[in-house]
Amino acid sequence: MQTTNALSTLKMAQDLGLLESEFESIKVILGRTPNFTELSIFSVMWSEHCSYKNSIKWLKTLPREGNLLLVEAGEENAGLVDIGDGLACAFKIESHNHPSAIEPFQGAATGVGGIHRDIFTMGARPIAALNSLRFGDIANKHTQHLMKGVVSGISHYGNCFGVPTVGGEVYFNECYNQNILVNAMSVGIVKVGETVSAISCGVGNPIYIVGSATGKDGIHGATFASADLTEDSKEDLPAVQVGDPFQEKLLLEASLEAIKTGAIVGMQDMGAAGITCSTSEMSAKGESGMIIYLDKVPTRQPNMKPFEILLSESQERMLIVCEKGREADLEAVFDKWDLECAVIGKVTDTKRIEYYLNGELVADVPAEPLVLGGGAPVYDRAYTEPAYLKALNAFNENDIPELDLKTSALTLVASPNIASKRWVYEQYDSMVRTNTITTNAPSDAAIIRIKGSSKVLAVTTDCNSAYVYADPYKGTMIAVAEAARNIVCSGGTPVAITNCLNFGNPYNTEVYWQFVHAIKGMGEACRKFNTPVTGGNVSFYNQTVLKDTTEPVFPTPTIGMLGILDDISAHMTLDFKAVGHSIYLVGRNDQNTISGSEYLRVVHGVNKSPIPSFDLEEEFQFQEVLKGIIGKKLVASAHDISEGGLFIALLESGLPSDQGFTIQLQGIKGRKDGILFGESQSKAIVTVDELNEAAFIQQLKEHNQSYTKLGTTTDGEIRIDDINFGKITDWKKQYLTSIEKQLH
Amino acid sequence: MKFGVVIFPGSNCDSDMIHVLGQVVGHEVVEIWHKDTKLQDFTEEDCIVLPGGFSYGDYLRCGAIASHSPIMKEVIKFANRGGYVLGVCNGFQILCESGLLPGALLRNHSQKFICKNVYLKTQTTNSAITKGIPTGGVLKIPIAHAEGRYYADDYTILDLIQNDQILFKYSDEQGVTNDDSNPNGSLEGIAGICNKNRNVFGMMPHPERAAETILGNTDGLQLFNSLTASVLT
Repeated sequence: MQTTNALSTLKMAQDLGLLESEFESIKVILGRTPNFTELSIFSVMWSEHCSYKNSIKWLKTLPREGNLLLVEAGEENAGLVDIGDGLACAFKIESHNHPSAIEPFQGAATGVGGIHRDIFTMGARPIAALNSLRFGDIANKHTQHLMKGVVSGISHYGNCFGVPTVGGEVYFNECYNQNILVNAMSVGIVKVGETVSAISCGVGNPIYIVGSATGKDGIHGATFASADLTEDSKEDLPAVQVGDPFQEKLLLEASLEAIKTGAIVGMQDMGAAGITCSTSEMSAKGESGMIIYLDKVPTRQPNMKPFEILLSESQERMLIVCEKGREADLEAVFDKWDLECAVIGKVTDTKRIEYYLNGELVADVPAEPLVLGGGAPVYDRAYTEPAYLKALNAFNENDIPELDLKTSALTLVASPNIASKRWVYEQYDSMVRTNTITTNAPSDAAIIRIKGSSKVLAVTTDCNSAYVYADPYKGTMIAVAEAARNIVCSGGTPVAITNCLNFGNPYNTEVYWQFVHAIKGMGEACRKFNTPVTGGNVSFYNQTVLKDTTEPVFPTPTIGMLGILDDISAHMTLDFKAVGHSIYLVGRNDQNTISGSEYLRVVHGVNKSPIPSFDLEEEFQFQEVLKGIIGKKLVASAHDISEGGLFIALLESGLPSDQGFTIQLQGIKGRKDGILFGESQSKAIVTVDELNEAAFIQQLKEHNQSYTKLGTTTDGEIRIDDINFGKITDWKKQYLTSIEKQLH
Repeated sequence: MKFGVVIFPGSNCDSDMIHVLGQVVGHEVVEIWHKDTKLQDFTEEDCIVLPGGFSYGDYLRCGAIASHSPIMKEVIKFANRGGYVLGVCNGFQILCESGLLPGALLRNHSQKFICKNVYLKTQTTNSAITKGIPTGGVLKIPIAHAEGRYYADDYTILDLIQNDQILFKYSDEQGVTNDDSNPNGSLEGIAGICNKNRNVFGMMPHPERAAETILGNTDGLQLFNSLTASVLT
């Protein structure tokens, strides 16, 4: 063993984020004290980011099986769902919160690059991207800096890589002031049976590193992602990686072409913990070992230390195990694309990974104990009900006065959480690959056609974290329900989800209570909608320093949901189609609370209130009825009611064709602001042509579904209970320009 | 008529273009690799297409590196002997960088990437690609670029006008061209031009993204149909 590679001490282990008990375990596993390189390997592999040590116990309670799932959650780099016609869809969402909070442009860019790599390392071609973003108070200069950086980072990477950004969400809340959330999702397509596994086997098979050379960027990135974000985190700048979308585009094309040669045994992208993670995970999965010669890894600078090469998170790299004797076939592809392709080792049967540098053994570790599901630690954390819930639940809406409805509506429309995100999405190429149906036919979920198949995908990301904060259990159910509702309103059938679980410090018992209850709610809702969890990512340690305190961010379990439409004729859009169509509210009209609403926050300044009403069984029945009336083509448009309530839903449906609406609320129980701006769940607005009205009503009655006829669509005028609300075109201007007006 | 679509490293609209020309317009399409050095199988009745994307990463000026690629020497020869060449988005930038078209594409006035549907007012029917479009026809075709602001010196602009080389200007839905309908600050609202010989066409908007009923927009198809019809008649 190299003499300069000194034996570790407990102090060194703790500096790398390991616990004393974990240091002791490592000594037992190795039967000796690890040297510094080995300690570094354990520290990244056992970091929260790679090991899920504080979350795996609860993640295992989520439903992870279904007849359409081709791989189980956590088995490969992303979930794989059978969509019919011999095709499968690989999809996954992942966070890049901490890097983006420090360096928004590169942080967000490499977040996009990383998630696409997870998809194409399986052999699937990414065809769509989504992202779910959370920023602080938009009036804050720092928020604007972060927002501009993140959006241009995503734009830079995604546009160049050539995969359309087709959907997502953007929310603002001061709890994210310093710790923004950047969750990126990729959706890919592969022929069933042509996927590649992240496995290493076959003694003597050569191991290649392909793509970019290895540099000193992102070292200890996984450890960085597994600690609290603090004022000093700026010092960790070298832990942020730098992305090169052009390299990634070449790597994509070369990897997919290389798979076709049949020479690849296994492949895994290099993300968190770089070579360390890919070598150990692939070996553990194949129950094999490896010898890796670190001096053969192409590097960007000379004299990199073993731990630097091992832990580098340089982007756009892949580890490939090639079938012995087929080396020339593999090399020819990478040569065509002018990409680096170097043999760095070979497969052994030792189940250990031996890393050499210039002939010296610098680290010798067993693969299995390093990885999740193997020997990585698993913890059971304590949790206690958060104290804030008591004050929050004391909210009484009778204390809130009802203000002028039109003035309230104007304030609501200008809220960055409600207003159009045009400033953001126009910076993303949403149409490349010419599959985006929703460019000219908007619906609640993004709709993607698949060339060569009649099948159509519906994809969406959803999470109202204010609901989750107020009630982690039901709030997370609502996130799942809303995602499903968006897919159903678009004519699709929900199939599966991926999740990105953004929470505070897991050692904070109140934060862990949020986590546990969110997972319970998610599991129950996913079982109800028959949408198993195919994988995802956990991001703990998200917190923001406020005036006097350090507060965890709102618990934000983002749901990325996949749905399927049998063919494009099933697609339902959200826009009003013709003047004079009847407008119906489908869903109960007797629970018009303002609690939990964006209206309550922006018009009345009340930030803490319970969630609006929600019942999982009622939501499920409601969605089944919606599926029926949409499937039978009884409605001309369908749009779910979410943030901003009925008024905003009507406005959004009127905007594409500049049509207005005239509605009557007399006869509906409850306060007027609750009816118009309340966010009680399980509701949608639909428009119906006179010809279909009788059949539509019959269908609702047959299923005992509550509904209310509200009024009709107009050629632009908005009228509520005979009060003139002006023209849709004036509202459109407000809605479209509010965010850009607030950015300086 | 045969189409050849050039694939540069970093091209990302190549497969879209190949799909539309082959599956929708229904013509023979040949993929051409950037390292290829021969175009002898293409006649003056054929068309070479430079698709959109980020050729060679566009880490220099957009299109600058691609204009020096092995295949571009052949494309220039092909254009000079009268063959049709169409450049879309990054392809337009490459044509300007290689001197086949005058002017340059600068960073958008907003300094941001812009992707959205825009309207184009056709300026001339005196070109193979616009011949089939009704005079003054307004087309809805999307743009997706960060460097699309057409720029040239006064003399060049005058020349373009006098020689009727401006194919499309950005307009509103009614065909009105003004500052509000100009998404990127292009001089004269120019969205697409041709060369003096009228066989090389460049445009920033993406007609291949507006060429299928399933996508809810077939305005772009008019360009391809016009081109194939004029060449075949």
